[in-house]
Amino acid sequence: MTPEELKRLVSQGEAERPEPKHRICVCVAAACLSSNSDQVKQALENELAARGIAPECEVKGVGCMGLCSAGPLVAVEPDGVTYQHVTSTDAAEIVEHLGQQPIERLTCPTETPFFTKQYKIVLENSGIIDPEKIEDYIARDGYTALARVLEDMSPQEVIDEITRSGLRGRGGAGYPTGLKWSTVAKAGGTRKFVICNADEGDPGAFMDRSVLESDPHRVLEGMAIAAYAVGASQGYLYVRAEYPLAVKRLRTAIRQAERLGLLGNNICGTTFSFHVDIRLGAGAFVCGEETALIASIEGKRGQPRPRPPYPAEYGLWGYPTLINNVETFANVAPIIRNGGDWYASIGTEKSKGTKVFALAGAVKNTGLIEVPMGITLREIIFDIGGGIPGGRKFKAVQTGGPSGGCIPEQYMDMPVDYESLAVVGSIMGSGGMIVMDETSCMVDVAKFFMDFCMTESCGKCVPCRVGTAQMYGILQRITSGEATMSELALLEELCDMVKYTSLCGLGQTAPNPVLSTLQYFRDEYIAHIVEKRCPAGVCQMPVREGH
Amino acid sequence: MNQPVRVKTLKIDDRDVSGREDETILEVARQNGIFIPTLCHLDGLTSIGACRLCLVEVKGVSRLLPACVTRVEEGMEVYTQSERLQKYRRMTLELLFSERNHICSVCVVNGHCELQSLAQTLGMTHVGVPYRFPRLPVDASHERFVVDHNRCILCTRCVRVCDEIEGAHTWDVMGRGIDSRVITDLSEPWGDSETCTSCGKCVNVCPTGALFEKGKPVADRLKKRQFLPYLTMMREERR
Amino acid sequence: MSTKRIATVWLDGCSGCHMSFLDMDERLIELFQQADLVYSPLVDLKEFPPDVDITLVEGAVSSEEDLHKILMVRERTRTLVAFGDCAVTGNVPSMRNPFGANAVLQRAYLENVTLYPQVPREVIPALCERVRPVHEVVKVDVFIPGCPPSAETIYLALSELLAGRMPDMAKLTRFGA
Ligand SMILES: Cc1cc2nc3c(=O)[nH]c(=O)nc-3n(C[C@H](O)[C@H](O)[C@H](O)COP(=O)(O)O)c2cc1C
Ligand code: SF4
Ligand code: SF4
Ligand code: SF4
Ligand code: SF4
Ligand code: FES
Repeated sequence: MTPEELKRLVSQGEAERPEPKHRICVCVAAACLSSNSDQVKQALENELAARGIAPECEVKGVGCMGLCSAGPLVAVEPDGVTYQHVTSTDAAEIVEHLGQQPIERLTCPTETPFFTKQYKIVLENSGIIDPEKIEDYIARDGYTALARVLEDMSPQEVIDEITRSGLRGRGGAGYPTGLKWSTVAKAGGTRKFVICNADEGDPGAFMDRSVLESDPHRVLEGMAIAAYAVGASQGYLYVRAEYPLAVKRLRTAIRQAERLGLLGNNICGTTFSFHVDIRLGAGAFVCGEETALIASIEGKRGQPRPRPPYPAEYGLWGYPTLINNVETFANVAPIIRNGGDWYASIGTEKSKGTKVFALAGAVKNTGLIEVPMGITLREIIFDIGGGIPGGRKFKAVQTGGPSGGCIPEQYMDMPVDYESLAVVGSIMGSGGMIVMDETSCMVDVAKFFMDFCMTESCGKCVPCRVGTAQMYGILQRITSGEATMSELALLEELCDMVKYTSLCGLGQTAPNPVLSTLQYFRDEYIAHIVEKRCPAGVCQMPVREGH
Repeated sequence: MNQPVRVKTLKIDDRDVSGREDETILEVARQNGIFIPTLCHLDGLTSIGACRLCLVEVKGVSRLLPACVTRVEEGMEVYTQSERLQKYRRMTLELLFSERNHICSVCVVNGHCELQSLAQTLGMTHVGVPYRFPRLPVDASHERFVVDHNRCILCTRCVRVCDEIEGAHTWDVMGRGIDSRVITDLSEPWGDSETCTSCGKCVNVCPTGALFEKGKPVADRLKKRQFLPYLTMMREERR
Repeated sequence: MSTKRIATVWLDGCSGCHMSFLDMDERLIELFQQADLVYSPLVDLKEFPPDVDITLVEGAVSSEEDLHKILMVRERTRTLVAFGDCAVTGNVPSMRNPFGANAVLQRAYLENVTLYPQVPREVIPALCERVRPVHEVVKVDVFIPGCPPSAETIYLALSELLAGRMPDMAKLTRFGA
């Protein structure tokens, strides 16, 4: 099937509609929805109807535009203006100004580094297309990669292209995607599965949710291409039940794709068949771990099991299974469309392409960003993020969530890639990035993440089940001024032991927030223990005698 | 047709040993009289690699590997007794002792307990982490058996034997992390269980005093596990 | 060889460990040819002396008095030995911990008393909220598990210590032995 045929497929049955004169795009992803963007959308529609200009002007719901802290966001095309913090009372004024001078009061500057320093591949359609319309996706070259693959590429050629791109898993560990695909492809047997991991359990992370809500077809297309490459005919999307909007849009997307013959039996008229079903996760962080996720799909208790055997060899119901993250799959179609070499030209030597981050914490601009690998932390935090608000001083940035670490000022000019982050004691992780200023207590931060790991531990293995509880206990004593230096030594011993003896990644990385804060902010621990003082003034310390 | 069984040669603690390709490091070590501590593993039940006591070092592998689930490979060099491993094993036991309430002197299995004797074998004379002293129930509703959660180490041997050998699946684990607990049926009193056949297998495989039979003096509380290898053998036949 | 100064103290325990100590019988005489017993509940001395080489501590730390005593003992002792399960693990005294100190007082002085139920406020030292093994309070150098450790175990441990060596206790005894 050619791209032209694809587009024709879509327009079949639909009367040719003239392009509207003005299009008002309202973000309807979760962040803007939570500040009532649906009401804004309704008000705009009412306004157009009231003025009787609905046919030539259109209101459209789109996915995330990135600058969530300025939401609800509304973009007007072709005027090229974006409005921020829009409320439904602004509707009349926006409609009045269509094609006129933009409303100054509401204008969101888009020539700022927040927009210009980003590089969008995964998010290329986010905020532009209507996530509930397959036509929109196809209009922007959607499903052409799948059509191309089925038309004139062998499975091996697809794998070679992915390998050439240098794409690495975006679920945290950064395992080379091409290598994983080729392992599954080589695994014997006729039954294989493809699973998309959309469990996204890191506190504060919402990259995957945003992709699913803003551009669901991109993930389905990536999965279908993967299924063709490894020889699978059934796929599962494992989504957290806490993401109802993503689930709804995925259901719609699957239905639409099936209707157009882009999923299901004999895709694009070929012998290739691929079905996708959604499975809901019960919200346990550990169910994002691949073996636990598989157990959960099988209807068992979501607990990890020792690897090897890896899922590539022995996965869902014992069959070879490819499991990749949402963002990993979202990169596949552009790689096929533009070539592996194109993708490999972006980024650093060992980390190719872009990475989506959920920028949060003590920065002016929070939201979803996509940047080329190799960009420095300083550019992310100070240019894109706009620096620290309130004239406060930067202290550290936390990447990798509960498995990651805190990176201090001295490494601000380090490039963001898998290896560099590991060298300074953190990880790329799935893309959470929390900026902290001088008002954050690093021991308290470590305690927060340890609490998370303790609560989310599945309880199967001893070091993680009991070790995290013991480490949390010590951190609690440190932050309430009760601990001694020998308890700090015990904490370090436990970190070492839990890291090297736990069964799965949760336990193995649970000590990381403690280890990295101990590495760079040991003086803060000592102040709590010896002087009974919290330098950032966060922890409740016992009132000292004589004060 | 039978596939030829391949044999692998390897080194464990610098000794040349050999094992079938489907055997684990633990099995081969035991055949050769090399001691590797275990708690969750029990011959005859599926191994789950949960207690982490059997971790060993393998040359060229950065991670520590659980001997109970790791297959032997040609040319492997396994080390089972390094100082680091001994330290981790002792700490694992300390964590287990600290997790619940182990008062050996008044325990029904004092002197016949795997946890207790491993502590001695591995040279653990005290618990370096603070005891947690949780408040936990004892369920004595079953006419013959008792479950005392104060002594449970969550090895899940009971869960596996009841599911895999007895086929009753009375036991399971409820809750997460430090709040995990073994339960009978849907967390109902054991005495009310509709699935339990009162076969006593769980009691016999339990390594600690968490499961015991009522009304027996301590000296008679030796747990009988001889039946397991026999039952497994029968199970293999069936396969 | 200079004579070593040995002491024994008794916190929250049942005195069983001290009984086992006496069970060394004639070997006591042998041991105390190389050492002096400078303080013990078994001998009539009022004050815990300074400069003690080896102190055996029986019992867990349960009350304010235990706490006070163990801090003082630690200060005056070179080698502190946690003597028996109560000292090493908290053992039976620690069985109150899941319920808290108050529950114990309620049970002992109110619920089970028929005549004038009343929690005593004097004479009996205040209970700590939590019973702790000795090493959770002060540094301990040697651990002798056992409930009680046998006379043989105590003898071997002390002989080693008197000879200036660290005994390998796991070879000799275990929890609950
Ligand atoms: C505790 C834990 C939680 C995880 N959670 C996720 C998750 O939410 N999403 C995800 O894609 N991968 C998660 N992973 C990583 C997966 O196990 C797996 O490596 C990943 O899905 C592989 O996809 P990739 O190669 O595309 O990164 C988690 C791993 C661990 C140990
Ligand atoms: S490390 Fe933690 S989450 Fe992973 S298996 Fe062990 S207990 Fe479960
Ligand atoms: S179960 Fe074993 S370790 Fe626990 S109290 Fe009983 S004898 Fe001691
Ligand atoms: S007695 Fe038998 S059937 Fe009952 S719980 Fe134990 S193993 Fe299962
Ligand atoms: S009851 Fe016994 S066998 Fe079952 S998990 Fe607890 S310790 Fe293991
Ligand atoms: S015996 Fe291997 S992990 Fe428990």
